[in-house]
Amino acid sequence: MSRVEKGLARRYRQERNFKRLGLGAILLGLLFVSFLFISIFANGYTAFQQTFIKLDVFYDPEMIAPVGETDPDVLSAGNYGGLVKATMRELFPSVTNRRDKKKLYGLISTGAAFQIRERVMQDPSVIGQRESMWVPADDDVDMLIKGHIDLNLPESDRRIKDDQLSWIQGMQEDGRVEKRFNTTFFTAGDSREPELSGIKGAAVGSFFTLLICLAISFPVGVAAAVYLEEVAPKNRWTDLIEVNINNLAAVPSIVFGLLGLAVFINFFGLPRSVPLVGGLVLALMTLPTIIIASRAALKSVPPSIREAALGVGASPMQTITHHVLPLALPGMLTGTIIGMAQALGETAPLLMIGMVAFIVDIPGGAMDPSAVLPVQIYLWADSPERAFVERTSAAIMVLLAFLISMNLLAVWLRKKFERRW
Amino acid sequence: MDEVINRNSTIAPELKTGSGSEVGMRVLKESQTSGTVGDIYVDDPRMTCRNVNVYYGDKQAIFDIDLDIAKNQVISMIGPSGCGKSTFLRCLNRMNDTIDICKVTGQIKMEGQDIYDGGLDVVPLRASVGMVFQKPNPFPKSIYDNIGYGPRIHGLNDDKDHLDEIVETSLKKAGLWEEVKDRLDQPGTGLSGGQQQRLCIARAIAVSPEVILMDEPCSALDPIATAKIEELIDELRENYTIAIVTHSMQQAARVSQRTAYFHLGKLIEVGETDQIFTAPRHRLTEDYITGRFG
Repeated sequence: MSRVEKGLARRYRQERNFKRLGLGAILLGLLFVSFLFISIFANGYTAFQQTFIKLDVFYDPEMIAPVGETDPDVLSAGNYGGLVKATMRELFPSVTNRRDKKKLYGLISTGAAFQIRERVMQDPSVIGQRESMWVPADDDVDMLIKGHIDLNLPESDRRIKDDQLSWIQGMQEDGRVEKRFNTTFFTAGDSREPELSGIKGAAVGSFFTLLICLAISFPVGVAAAVYLEEVAPKNRWTDLIEVNINNLAAVPSIVFGLLGLAVFINFFGLPRSVPLVGGLVLALMTLPTIIIASRAALKSVPPSIREAALGVGASPMQTITHHVLPLALPGMLTGTIIGMAQALGETAPLLMIGMVAFIVDIPGGAMDPSAVLPVQIYLWADSPERAFVERTSAAIMVLLAFLISMNLLAVWLRKKFERRW
Repeated sequence: MDEVINRNSTIAPELKTGSGSEVGMRVLKESQTSGTVGDIYVDDPRMTCRNVNVYYGDKQAIFDIDLDIAKNQVISMIGPSGCGKSTFLRCLNRMNDTIDICKVTGQIKMEGQDIYDGGLDVVPLRASVGMVFQKPNPFPKSIYDNIGYGPRIHGLNDDKDHLDEIVETSLKKAGLWEEVKDRLDQPGTGLSGGQQQRLCIARAIAVSPEVILMDEPCSALDPIATAKIEELIDELRENYTIAIVTHSMQQAARVSQRTAYFHLGKLIEVGETDQIFTAPRHRLTEDYITGRFG
């Protein structure tokens, strides 16, 4: 008895240590995750706001078109860049030097000219009139307003010079500078100018890519899983296939990119950078995941259900379609959504098939060149402008939001359709 | 033939000496090949099994079983665990087909038709030889759909009203109608264990089988539910032939007219239930019934 008690303290100590170790592992994991989220959020939340400058634009008939002109071709050919410059000169009449003027024009985004043109095209009657209008500031001004530029640095090391600073201060005192919600970020495609760039092009590209991927990998994956699990005889060939599927799930994704390049682009001659090829490649990549998840779901259907169906005389086909598949479907859907989430975040194989190109237009279909979200993040992270740093983080936040909602959908589906017996 | 003779010689000495004369009288009716003691033949068989052997891969699970299953009778199969009684039962509606490595040889005839004949379709066979399993396994669907599924896939019902009628009569025959008539749209899995098992019996009845196989139908149930099922089996005997595998000798004695005792894959003794339980003729049967093993 005393022997048992002697060892007891040690046994309990071991148990406590074991518990602490596990708890420590969880806490460490949570720490890393929260660090990740906090750093991304801290870097990225400012991207959802954008600095705008109020300009009093005089729609000069000499620069645009005569009053009463409605022909869109003539209207769109107007000198809107000159209009912006004239407006800025008017705002700061003291600036006369050619170099200083250039610095002055640099405060306003090149997007301002497009905005004014759009306004005129929409309503040609404004020609000859004057109205105030908020236009996006240049990304350097934006960074200054958001406090990302260190004013203690010597002037030569700064993107914003001293006289530019004084002009901005002057405009701020006039109430001409304001931070507003950055709708451009959600409605525009990629751009060389950070203040004009958005993720819509990449998001739409990702959507088409995933659509193609889902349309191919779900039916093929489920059919393969059903065949292997329910119909195929268990012999050396099916064993070989099973081993190969498991191996495929572990193949580095860039290899699938190479395969896609060789087969879809070089052999079948499909165009580069299009969601169709991206979706095909990602379908190859997610197939093993879906097959494995679907087989697990089929395996978890109790054999008693199969026996019950066979026992009343259902054919094997009826047993599968009436009883086994409906019960396995939630598990299959969960596996598919996890696979899709994986595909959504995949970059490497898409680099191989040219989806890394700089594409401004928002794709209109699966055959238009487009970017995808993770590649867009990669491209922005690669850009030198300070303003792209926050946009990179913002794009990551959008991607994470999609991923989390897809995973939540998977959990919800599983909970909703889970059957107990 | 050598093997057969050997098997006879190993079993024969175990015969009880006291009943020797009786054995002598009946010897003509007994199997010439398998060494089973008792009447394997009946006058009016629903199913006849001859030289049935079952192999799981290289391992033989059942040896040379000859047995007739009489019409409108309950035959119970008893024996210690692993004796092959369930395997034999599953041969009768070819449920063993679902196991890849399982191989069945010999002859099982129903109405003169060999059910293992290549030309015979297993789907109508399973419709005429229904099965009730050890664990109640209703489909995770409504009570109505559980019963209606079989008639629907076989096209037995003319229209919706006819199906309603089939569901009602099946549930009535299974003694479940009064308990569930108000909640036919609720899931069958929500019933109690005994009700689920009766639901499974009703499901088997719904496709109007001739034979119902029951594989330890009461082993997962409490005594009250068991009593209900046993009562039900007795009633069903009027219209159906029933083969039941059971671990409970009392159950076999209560519900069956004939009893077959299995031991290590062999059919040791068959006979009227009364005779098996009061005057077993084989030593192994007697040892099992008196509780010396098993």
